Formats: sequence, structure tokens, C-alpha cells
Amino acid sequence: MSIPLAVETHQLGRVYKIRGNRKEKVIRKELVALENVNLEVQQGELFGLLGPNGAGKTTLIKILTTLLAPTSGWARVAGYDVVTQAAKIRPLINMVSGGESSGYGLLTVRENLWMFAQFYGIPSREANQRIERLIEMVGMSDRLHTKSSDLSTGLRQKMNIVRGFLTDPRVLFLDEPTLGLDVGASRDVRRFIRDWMKEDLTRTIVLTTHYMVEADELCDRVAIINRGRVLACDTPAALKQRLQREAHFEIETGSLNGVNISMVESLPGVRKAVLSGAKGMVRLKFTLAEEAALANVINLFTQQGVKILRLTKQEPTLEDVFVDLVGRSMTEEEEGQNAEA
Amino acid sequence: MNRSALWRSFRLATWLGWQIESNWTDPFLFAIYSIIKPITGAAILVIMYGVITQGRFEDPMFPYLYLGNAFYIYVGSIMTGVSWAVIDDREHYRTLKYVYVAPIHIPLYLLGRGVARFLTGSIAVVITIAAGVLFLSVPLDFSAIQWGLFLPTLLFGVFMLTMMGLLLAGLTLIMARHEFIIGEVTASALYIFSGAAFPLEVLPPWLRPIGFAMPTTYWLELLRRSLVSDVAQAFPTLSILSNAQLLSILIGLGVLFAALGALIFWFCDRLARERGLIDITTHY
Ligand SMILES: Nc1ncnc2c1ncn2[C@@H]1O[C@H](COP(=O)(O)OP(=O)(O)OP(=O)(O)O)[C@@H](O)[C@H]1O
Ligand SMILES: [Mg+2]
Repeated sequence: MSIPLAVETHQLGRVYKIRGNRKEKVIRKELVALENVNLEVQQGELFGLLGPNGAGKTTLIKILTTLLAPTSGWARVAGYDVVTQAAKIRPLINMVSGGESSGYGLLTVRENLWMFAQFYGIPSREANQRIERLIEMVGMSDRLHTKSSDLSTGLRQKMNIVRGFLTDPRVLFLDEPTLGLDVGASRDVRRFIRDWMKEDLTRTIVLTTHYMVEADELCDRVAIINRGRVLACDTPAALKQRLQREAHFEIETGSLNGVNISMVESLPGVRKAVLSGAKGMVRLKFTLAEEAALANVINLFTQQGVKILRLTKQEPTLEDVFVDLVGRSMTEEEEGQNAEA
Repeated sequence: MNRSALWRSFRLATWLGWQIESNWTDPFLFAIYSIIKPITGAAILVIMYGVITQGRFEDPMFPYLYLGNAFYIYVGSIMTGVSWAVIDDREHYRTLKYVYVAPIHIPLYLLGRGVARFLTGSIAVVITIAAGVLFLSVPLDFSAIQWGLFLPTLLFGVFMLTMMGLLLAGLTLIMARHEFIIGEVTASALYIFSGAAFPLEVLPPWLRPIGFAMPTTYWLELLRRSLVSDVAQAFPTLSILSNAQLLSILIGLGVLFAALGALIFWFCDRLARERGLIDITTHY
């Protein structure tokens, strides 16, 4: 028997009915949050959903975690249908939403986590061992016996993240896990996620984010989602590769020894060159029609006796991919949506 | 769902409810909720009774209303407690979605929270009754208590009230705006229609059938009878019925309401998933 896909969706759609307030009771709006979403996530993958605010990421996570029914199409998690076989899915998954502080304030960190482990039938002793190990991994060992109401928002979020990992789910859903955390804590969480995936190669994570870097750095594959539609789905490298019809390079040098922009631009294969930099440090950025043309630039520099201090290839970012797909940046897209709302 | 999953849903919820409700670490709050609040409630009733009847505390009416009022504490704490668990978990602790994602049985989880309320509510009930016996000469003769009737009635009541709470919890799930009042409104309405503080005869005739249809009416009557039999039977409302008859009606109506609770919760739960209300917050 083949291994079932961790997640599979087919023409998945979700429409919200929006009721107006009392005055405008008659006005009913329908909001399409997801439309014809087709995704396949393999077991062992760290899969990212990247999109701006309101793209439908949380809606998709809620459907996959059996909290919300789809209005069209179907979805399966670990081979089970999210609507008709929800009870089969729940023991195999867990979920964490970032950017909110949840937990029973009267219980200590350990008690909160212990109780959720018990929900999954994990024996007390094993649960406590796991709690201690995971809490140490997020650097909260000294807070184990603190009431969760006495934790800072960031620490409560870390506790919540531990709660998700604690039950060793087959498929873990993380909805913006680093939202609201500071740079250091976000880095810790990302490292934690990576380490956890390395420990067992059959584990699967579906993670949403609107941070480009996070998707790029963390995910094996990324689906770019906007206004309820999946626009592209591939590895970050392959997504960026699409833009790489042109190649961007940058050379740093102490002195150009008489080489100027027009000399560079007249070389075959060079599209455009830009000079920048201050005293004692010159930066030349240039765009090539194809990578092979790089040799021409290097030759020119060698002939003129220019000493190259650093040569870097400027990789396109996922942000560039988003702009290419949508026509505007993710921030612009979010502002545009807010203006419409 | 296997039996151990059902059991742990119930057991953990009771544990959690107990941790939340019995805030032992704050003796002041604990005293307010478990002692001062019920005693004040009883005191108001006693003063009003004293004024209206010009101090006829030896009348059987007095223990009738005093005990009815004391046991009614259970209705408020258990029934509304179950629906408050939904509000608390969803809006206050923000854990309802994580509870829902977990492989547990949600109705049993909520029932467990109700049973925790029974345990903490019992403290208030015992204190209220003790105050009545000690200071207001409520005639409670320990040797005359019919334990064989009292205990089964009490336990059946806990089951019945948690199931009625489940009904309210279902409605709470699908109400995103006015969910806070539903428990309180129901508890106040039942106070009037269950003969808690006065016999149903006091109600206008066209309202009485509501009281007769409520299992809580028979439950309170049986509890009173099992504690002080002759006093309770001095009232016309249900005196033509024997204990056995009352018990049969109570069980019949209780099971009916329990089934209704299960059905309505099941329906509302589905609706909540369809509408995406499991994790909605109204920011109160
Ligand atoms: N319960 C709901 N009722 C009505 N509309 C909703 C509901 N939940 C979400 N929406 C709408 O559906 C769209 C998608 O929302 P969703 O929360 O899935 O987006 P998201 O990608 O998670 O955004 P964010 O980055 O802000 O979390 C939004 O326009 C949102 O307003
Ligand atoms: Mg979201």
C-alpha cells in the first residue's frame, strides 16, 4: 500500500455568508475566502502557505483541522476526509495559531501542557518527560511552574507552540507561528521547527506565513495564495527560478582602473550596469541576458587589471515572485484590500 | 471513539473545571463565591419572607422556600456552568479550538465541566442549608432524612442539569453576540417555574403548565420531601403525587430533556462548524 498524502485538497472552496448589522439586515454579502484550491502535501514535507492578510490561509488551516466545513470540493488529511472522517484525523494532528495568547491562566505551564497531552491519551510520565524536553528546547525551563497568566505574551505563545508539538502529531498545522514574536524568539521558533522535522523524517508540517523570508528559509515547498486562490506551488528555489530568465550580479572592488559603465554595457550579453559606492569601495551591479555572459565581464576586469574583492549573484526573492504573479507587492495588496473593505 | 477517550474527556474536564472553579489560592474570591454570595441570596429571601408574612417562620412555607432556594443553587451553577464553559474556553482562555481539534468527546468534556460545578456548588448548598438550620430554625431532622430517596434524586439531578446545560451550550456555540445572557435568563426563568421559592399555585393558571413541564419542579420537590417530608407535603401543588410517582415523572422528563440536550447540541455543533464559529471572539 502506498503512503497516503499528508494533505490533499480537491477544488476546495469556502464561502462565508456575511450578515449585515441590524440596520442593514437585508444586505447579505457572500465572501469567497477560498476558491478551487488543489494541493498535495507529501508525508515528510515542511509545506508553506504564503499570502497577504485575508488571503485565506487561516480558513484553509481551519478546514484541514476539522474546525470548519468547506462549502465546495473536498480535503483529506492523512488519507481521511475532513468532514466525514474527522474523528480519525484528530488523533493524528495538532494545530497552533500564532499572534494570540491562549491557555488556562490559573494553571501552570506544566499543567496546561499536561492536560492537553492527556487529551491525546499520552501517559502522564511520558507526557512530563516530553514537556520538560520541549520546554527546555524553547528556553523556558525556569517557567515550568509559573501560572500561564503570569507569562508575557511571547512566552505564552511559546507555551502554545510546545502544546502543538507535544503530542507528536503526524501532521502539524502552524498558522503564523512567529506572528508577534520578536526577532530572536522568531529565530528560536524557526530553529525549533527545523530540528523537530529532522528528528523524524515522516513528520509533516503545514505552515502559513506572510513573511517571505520565513517561507523561503524554512519550507520545502511553498504555495503562494492570494484572494483565496493558489497562484503557484513549488520549491522556493523553483519559484524564484521562474524569474531567472535574467541573472543579476554585483561586483565589489577597490578601484575600477578606468573601466566605465559604457564599456561594461557594450559587452555581449550584458543588459544593464549600474555603478555605486563610496571612496575606496566601488559596487557594480549588472544584469545579464544569460548567466554565460558573466565570463565576458570577468575577462574585461582581468584585462584591465581590476582586482575583484567580491562577486555575488543577486537571487530574486519570493517577494519578487509574488510581484510577478500578482502585479503588486504583498504590502500593496494588503493595503488595497483594506481600502476595499 | 473508544471508551478510554470518552472517559478521559470527562475526567480531564472535571479536573480542569475543579481547578478553575475552586480558586483556593485566592481565599477571598473563594469566600465571596462559595459563602457570601449564597448566604446573601438566602438572606434577601428570608427578609422578604419575614416582612410579607410578618415573621411567621414556623409556617411550613418557610422551610419550603428556604430549601428550594438552597438547592436551586445547583441549577444555576451546573446548568449555566456547562454553557459558560463554552464562553470561557472560546473567548477568555482562547482554547476552545484546541479542545475541538483534540481527539476527545466534546459533549462529555462539557459535561465534565458541569460536574466540576456540582462539586464547587455543593459547598454553597451545604453552607446555605447549615446557616438555615443553625440560625433560622429550618426544621431539619438528620435522623428523619430519607437518604435512599435523597441521594439518587440528587445524582439524577446532576445528570439532568448537565444535559440541560449541554442544550444551552449548543445554543451558546451558535450565538456570537448575545451568548452571555442565555444561561442567566434560563436560570432566572426556571427559578420562577420550578417552584423553587414559592408553590406553582402562586403563578397565574395559564403559566402553571410551564412549571409542570419542567423536570426541575419535581426534582426540587423530591429533594424537599426526602429531607423534611411532612413540611413539604403540606403544600397542595404536588401533594397528591406519591414519591414513587414524582420519581417516575422526574425520570421521564429528565430523560426527555437529556435527549433534547444531546440532540440540540449535536445540531448546533454541526452548524458551528459550518459557519466557522468554533473560534469566534466577540471581545467582551
Ligand atoms: N468567520 C468568518 N466570517 C466571515 N468572513 C470571514 C470569516 N473568517 C474569515 N473571513 C474572511 O475570509 C477571508 C480570508 O480570511 P483568512 O482569515 O482565512 O485570511 P488569512 O490569510 O488567514 O489572513 P491573515 O493573514 O490576516 O490571518 C478574509 O477576507 C476574511 O475577512
Ligand atoms: Mg490568518
